Amino acid sequence: MRIGVFVCHCGSNIAGTVDVDRLAERALTLKDVVHGEDIMYTCSEPGQAAIQKAIEEKKLDRVVVAACSPHMHEPTFRRCVDKGGLNPYLFEMANIREHCSWIHTDMPVATDKAWDIIKMAVAKARRLEPLFSNEVEINKDVLVIGGGVAGIQAALDLADAGLKVTIVERETTIGGVMAKLDKTFPTIDCSACILTPRMVDCGQHENIELMTYCEVDKVSGYVGNFTVDIRKKASMVDWSKCIGCEICVQKCPSKAPDVFNVGLEPTKAIYIPFPQAVPKRAAIQTEYCRYFQTGKCKVCERVCPADAIDFEQKDEIVQKRFGAIVVATGLDVFDWETGYPEYGGGKIKDVISGLQYERMLNASGPYGGHVHRLSNGEDPKTVVFIQCVGSRDESVNRPYCSSVCCMYTAKQALLTKDHCGSDVEVYVFYIDIRATGKGYEEFIKRVQTEFGVKYVRGRVSKLYEDGGKVMVRGVDTLLGEQVEIAADLVVLATGIQAPEGAKDLAQKLNISYDEFGFMKEGHPKLRPVETNTAGVFLAGVSQGPKDIPATVAQASGTASKVLGLLAKDKLKTSPMIAIVDQKNCVSCWKCIDVCPFSAPEKQEQRDGTFKSHVIETVCQGCGVCVATCPVNTISLKGFPTDAILDQIEEVLQPTPSH
Amino acid sequence: MADQTTTQANDAAVVAGDTAAAGTIDAASGAGAAVAADGAAGDRPVKIVGIVCNWCSYAGADTAGTGRFKQPPNLRLIRVPCTGRVDPLFALKAFEKGADGVLISGCHPGDCHYSEGNYYARRKFELLERMIHHLGIPKERFRWTWVSASEGQRWQQVVTEFVAGVEKLGPREGRAL
Repeated sequence: MRIGVFVCHCGSNIAGTVDVDRLAERALTLKDVVHGEDIMYTCSEPGQAAIQKAIEEKKLDRVVVAACSPHMHEPTFRRCVDKGGLNPYLFEMANIREHCSWIHTDMPVATDKAWDIIKMAVAKARRLEPLFSNEVEINKDVLVIGGGVAGIQAALDLADAGLKVTIVERETTIGGVMAKLDKTFPTIDCSACILTPRMVDCGQHENIELMTYCEVDKVSGYVGNFTVDIRKKASMVDWSKCIGCEICVQKCPSKAPDVFNVGLEPTKAIYIPFPQAVPKRAAIQTEYCRYFQTGKCKVCERVCPADAIDFEQKDEIVQKRFGAIVVATGLDVFDWETGYPEYGGGKIKDVISGLQYERMLNASGPYGGHVHRLSNGEDPKTVVFIQCVGSRDESVNRPYCSSVCCMYTAKQALLTKDHCGSDVEVYVFYIDIRATGKGYEEFIKRVQTEFGVKYVRGRVSKLYEDGGKVMVRGVDTLLGEQVEIAADLVVLATGIQAPEGAKDLAQKLNISYDEFGFMKEGHPKLRPVETNTAGVFLAGVSQGPKDIPATVAQASGTASKVLGLLAKDKLKTSPMIAIVDQKNCVSCWKCIDVCPFSAPEKQEQRDGTFKSHVIETVCQGCGVCVATCPVNTISLKGFPTDAILDQIEEVLQPTPSH
Repeated sequence: MADQTTTQANDAAVVAGDTAAAGTIDAASGAGAAVAADGAAGDRPVKIVGIVCNWCSYAGADTAGTGRFKQPPNLRLIRVPCTGRVDPLFALKAFEKGADGVLISGCHPGDCHYSEGNYYARRKFELLERMIHHLGIPKERFRWTWVSASEGQRWQQVVTEFVAGVEKLGPREGRAL
């Protein structure tokens, strides 16, 4: 066996703490190692060329690269050795950066540890065998979960490219949060004017199937071949008949909270969220419906001209197959009522959230765009905005910046002047102003100078009612003094949080999420729309707070990644899978019991008996069966037991101290 | 090393002793009473074998590295696809070969990349934990836990705490198991 060991400096990232030169030299003392070399940047073109040269000149049959994490560059180096004429699976990586040089400061200590890591990699390399990928057919249909602007953009891009797309949306209409907004910053474009045509495009596109009022129930399979159970929630209205005329909504006698209008005014138990809904179909909220609660009413059934009401409707599960999945699940607004009791906790009528104010400003909202005090209907003379409510605040477990509130507050402040006249006093309490997008800083300046909105740097400690006003008590940290403002209306710049159910969905998809429920990308910079589960992609706020331009850009980026994946007709599968040595199989079927993917099957032998056999294209290579097999007759290619035991043995060999 | 010379005697003792007290093993290896003698000798740094799943804890350790979360240098990681692939033998082998501690970490329950591998792992580790205790190895030398890919800080904390616990006991000189 002829092993080559390449130790990377990674500039000073590794060489700053690890004695790279000495390790490359010392590697030659290891059994079977015939080549040791230190390279400044191994992943660079000259670095890879050096590996290929050594493979050829030294007749290497195994390559070990001691550098960064395999999550970073394992694919790079597999391709490199493949081009160098070696089977790509005769390569092993020693992570001496993330797991060594970056977490230690003392050079002798870090070098000793890096030496152990390299020894372990060489020990494993000795046990590696050439592996060969299989190919599977792929399904080219795409599932987009979430019908907000992210899902809409991704779906349209994919559908325009010719792929069949299904959008699953849990509300009755697509549109998401953007459909609720009045205007968008910094251009003061009408939000609905730019979004609703896209919604209609989705509704009418021959390649897009809208499944609204649906949720993802179960996901199985793998990249190219996902099987998804979609729950069609009972709307109690036959949507194949409903024409969206809204007569039922007008006649319904039961009130229900209006989610679309963020609870500002009630809607009816049978409802259509807003006039431009796509699809425009009614649904009954049974918990508020008089018929479902008392057994009497059925007014909607009597007035419906299309005979669409169906009180017997039940949830239905539809099973569909997809090749790729885009997660575009968007956001919830931070629940400020429980988080901020010092702001009245929802009990002061004239204290509202940013999204509620958006609906108040909106001409198609419940008040026709009339800005007023909810307590008495009067026009406000003084409006106060408070930023970072549920953002950058560890006391409510939201240490992150929601990234949109500075800008939407500035927009709302401008619109307040626009709606109420320039003599209305507008104050904004802020911590810092974050205006990093194109034209954003200029917009803030305009709001301050041209529109005369007064920015006060400081936090508001308390809101309370006094003499018909909302008293805003805070601090101006620039003046270094307490301030108190008697406001008519207070708007909280409520932050963004992961939507309800985000973690459940992530678990169904086997993708990672952070402690706040935002989905984790494959790599923050290089794989921002992929997840670590092949075939599952991210778009929009599901991955982290971002504004509309960033969301749309990311959704298009996601669409291009999906297209890249599905442009092929067949997909190479990982050869690092389980294999049964049938001569020792005792047919206990424990492997079948534990496999999460149903990869092992009972295979009939010539003598009529049955032995376990792992279906190559189904196995995902987790190795549960390997650790379960009582006779050790299943092995996991790429992670054989011998290699792991050798790694353990090698690292525990006593080494003379250097 | 004494470890290797006593290995066979120890193996025999393990078989013969079955579930009997750790004292049987100690008598065979001549190292004295179980816990008291554990870590009796040597001032070399402790060496700990870590076995982590590729998707959560290995990536969590990467996240810790990228964030420069400093850690004690005693841990050596072995990457496996899933904690479900971890054979209890790996931990026992590590102790047999002289590891001062063994740390196993995977995805949080519910977050397994392969849906349920960590559930099978959990059952095994719970038994393994008790078995290791019966073999006379103090429980501070073995830990299994969950660290997700985004929990770099938690990884730092787990490693720091575990190493400190093992260091308190010191190296396991002169013992095979």
